[in-house]
Amino acid sequence: MSNLERNMSLTAEEPAKLSLTQRIASSIGLIGLFLLALTLTNLSFPNKTLFLSLSLGLITVGTIIFANDLYLGKPAGVKNDGVWFKSLSARGFWAWIIGISLTLFYIVLYWYPQYLGLNAKGANTGIISFFDPLSQFINGNPASQWFVYGTLYTVAILIFGYKFILKYRQNRYEVIRTFSVMFFQLGFAFLIPEILIRLNQPYYNPANIWPLNYDLFTDYKINTFLSAGNLGVIMLVFSIISVFIITPILTYKYGKRWYCSWVCGCGGLAETAGDPFRQLSNKSQYAWKIERWVIHSVLVFVTVMTIAVVYSFLGDSTSDFWLTRDVFLWGSAGFLTLLFAVILIFKHKELAKDAKYGAIGYLVIILAIICINYFSGNGNIFFFAGYKLREWYGFLIGAVFSGVIGVGFYPIFGSRVWCRYGCPMAAILGMQQRLFSKFRITTNGGQCISCGNCSTYCEMGIDVRAYAQKGENIVRSSCVGCGICSAVCPRGVLKLENGDLDGRINSEEVLLGNDVDLMDLVNQKSK
Amino acid sequence: MEHIVIIGNGIAGITCARHIRKNADAKITVVSAESEYFFSRTALMYVYMGHMKWDHLKPYEDWFWEKNRIELKKALVDNINFEEKTLHFSSNEKMNYDKLVLATGSVYNKFGWKGQELKGVQGLVSKQDLELLEENTRDCNKAVIIGGGLIGVELAEMLKTRNIDVTFLIREKAFWHNVLPLQDAKLISDQIRSHGVDLRHETEIDKITGDQKKGVTAVFTNSGEEIKCQLVGLCTGVRPNIDFLKNSRLETDKGILVDEFLQTNIKEVYAIGDCAQLKQPASNRKPIEAVWYTGRMMGETLAQTLTGNTIKYKPGNWFNSAKFFDIEYQTYGQVSAKPGQNEKQFHWQHKDKTKAITIAFEPTSKKFLGINTFGIRMRHPIFNRWLNEEQKIDHVLANLKQANFDPEFYTSYEKEIFKSFKENLQNP
Repeated sequence: MSNLERNMSLTAEEPAKLSLTQRIASSIGLIGLFLLALTLTNLSFPNKTLFLSLSLGLITVGTIIFANDLYLGKPAGVKNDGVWFKSLSARGFWAWIIGISLTLFYIVLYWYPQYLGLNAKGANTGIISFFDPLSQFINGNPASQWFVYGTLYTVAILIFGYKFILKYRQNRYEVIRTFSVMFFQLGFAFLIPEILIRLNQPYYNPANIWPLNYDLFTDYKINTFLSAGNLGVIMLVFSIISVFIITPILTYKYGKRWYCSWVCGCGGLAETAGDPFRQLSNKSQYAWKIERWVIHSVLVFVTVMTIAVVYSFLGDSTSDFWLTRDVFLWGSAGFLTLLFAVILIFKHKELAKDAKYGAIGYLVIILAIICINYFSGNGNIFFFAGYKLREWYGFLIGAVFSGVIGVGFYPIFGSRVWCRYGCPMAAILGMQQRLFSKFRITTNGGQCISCGNCSTYCEMGIDVRAYAQKGENIVRSSCVGCGICSAVCPRGVLKLENGDLDGRINSEEVLLGNDVDLMDLVNQKSK
Repeated sequence: MEHIVIIGNGIAGITCARHIRKNADAKITVVSAESEYFFSRTALMYVYMGHMKWDHLKPYEDWFWEKNRIELKKALVDNINFEEKTLHFSSNEKMNYDKLVLATGSVYNKFGWKGQELKGVQGLVSKQDLELLEENTRDCNKAVIIGGGLIGVELAEMLKTRNIDVTFLIREKAFWHNVLPLQDAKLISDQIRSHGVDLRHETEIDKITGDQKKGVTAVFTNSGEEIKCQLVGLCTGVRPNIDFLKNSRLETDKGILVDEFLQTNIKEVYAIGDCAQLKQPASNRKPIEAVWYTGRMMGETLAQTLTGNTIKYKPGNWFNSAKFFDIEYQTYGQVSAKPGQNEKQFHWQHKDKTKAITIAFEPTSKKFLGINTFGIRMRHPIFNRWLNEEQKIDHVLANLKQANFDPEFYTSYEKEIFKSFKENLQNP
């Protein structure tokens, strides 16, 4: 196929060529980035407020001018021309440069923040102190490396969100959804927690739900909540209600998209800054198999870890608090057993064989660990102290998986690697979506032409076409409902819908157009 | 074990093979000279435009075929000995079959224009055509497309993404007016022009000229105008790919003649897809329908017959779809380009010229006949049902919202459409 896929530099003009305006815009943005980079050398600008504003401002203005020139003034429509010819979006040279830079940035951020200017003994320097004016303005304290990261993350979602809105401006679902992720990132993930700090309240983002927020029920967090009076208790109660009541109801009504592509910050970055890389996800059936094992293993890990940290937080005596270690442990075991039993009894027809084996296997492992701990009678649960498990989880899943691999590798593996293979929140919502939800992607009769745009641009690596060409609804636990498959479909075949539970999952061939009796026959045979 | 050989790995042949495998244990071989694996022909354009890579065009992963015991043979069939039931390949190999399915598809038309053999003159049907196009547009900044069909407008869109100037010559007075009613056709003409294509209505080609190196240099129109170019796209329709079957016992006309069971005049030899020509097509249907959907439906039907459940090819209500630059088009039922006495049409168009519908109905009984919809997605199952139930146009318009298939939060136009219908047709 080399002939079809070589670089097209010899045609009249490269499809991916930058216009003059785009080059100027890129320069403006790069100057802003360069100012940021300069601070890494510990250079201290005379007027930090001015230079920080200038730096972030230039990055923003550059991106806006670039996006305007790229999309405005051209007819609204699918804008994927040359995606696979461009080095950045087709795993070429620039993809690797960006991928490696992002990865290095995450490694420094997590493990070597001193290179960013973190100073344990005195005032910070470097890029961290560069953000002091903004941090002082919002939360009243000097910046930390996490404030720098949070600011850059938010800026990325806002400016690339703007670009995304222009790119898909013909599609109101995409526009509204993108406003939503921009709003939740700026308000809930960035401003509210920082302002809470200013008010001497616990750092808390209501939209960051357990188990994505794996630290939420650790002892130091619970202590912070409990020592913060009524507001702290409300936060703690809201966190628990979020997990057990709010998320199941919303997922039942709208599918997991209400969170993954409307609210979540990880999803927000993937949908905006990660949009140029969505086509890089692996669509093979093999990848799907790996996905299911890895993501559910992470879910088991986070469940065990959380049970362990809560266990070590609690006391033994009922006179202090009704919820003792034993009550909690056996309560958790009972709850999990009940949950698995309900799923296996009422939904066993909808589960594949390996899903059943996996579920039973995982349950047995968790229960066995609980029993071993209980009868061995030592204070450690699951062979390790709870805080050790949390440390390992934080390192392996929180930092390496979601940060370094999840975002650093955007240009290589696509934008949703973390959401697809790693996020335990996505795993829970996915189970709900598959088994108890009104959401599905409807296929329009027999109109599919198997072109493959839907599968190619599915960031979750779902082979959408495999369903569409059979006239089958797409009901997949991993689907985050971004709506791009529907947006890029040239024949109007796909629609995201919340509807009746009856006939939601239809594994028969229901292609329309042919003799009705024949189609009946085809379906009888396949039963 | 019975050996079923299918010539052609397009949608018709592959659908047939898959459905045979669902019902029977027969040995299945699919022969193709075009590509190793089945791919979506309708998506060829997206590879050229850089939306997809070649591998994305394959609806099944490569392991699928072995797993389902469908043997793939890459070879060109030179001729067929129907008496001995053998295929003769260009490599001098032979293959025996018990039952033969011809699903050889289409080739593009050439109408004997002067200069049509020059380098840089080509159509776009096969993978090889796409490779040739890549070759032919390497040093090209101006192209002329001849013929106003679906492939023509696709080719125009493809070339525009490479910043190649396109002049588009069509015979009708608006784009695809041999299929679309005039108002619909004009809407698409406007859309094509708004994308910077120099669209010339009622213009035909006289000849193509070239240089000493046999490369194309210009097209002369029937009005004598010379349009300089380095590429000429021949998009004046396709015809069944059956040249290698001429002078055989097989009965052919434009295509391979088949009965309602898709059987040719030779026992145990069948033809499906673009290359098949029905001797007695259903009313309102054409003997040759070279579209994806009919290829698929014929494959589904024939697979039943081949596995012991003899069944007639009875396509249901006509439907089709396409995309013209940024405007999606769907059609359900019959909407005539030039309606006669027994058909009246109601047309609504949005002022931004990217959305429109045309509904055809019988003037006396008000029976709903069909709809063309542009820029508004509609539900196939609902229209299929309304057509089966022979609903009246009033019912269709009153319930149009039910049929809407646009993504969530889209502006809906049903009220506006209904009002326009009341004003223009009910109270004349």
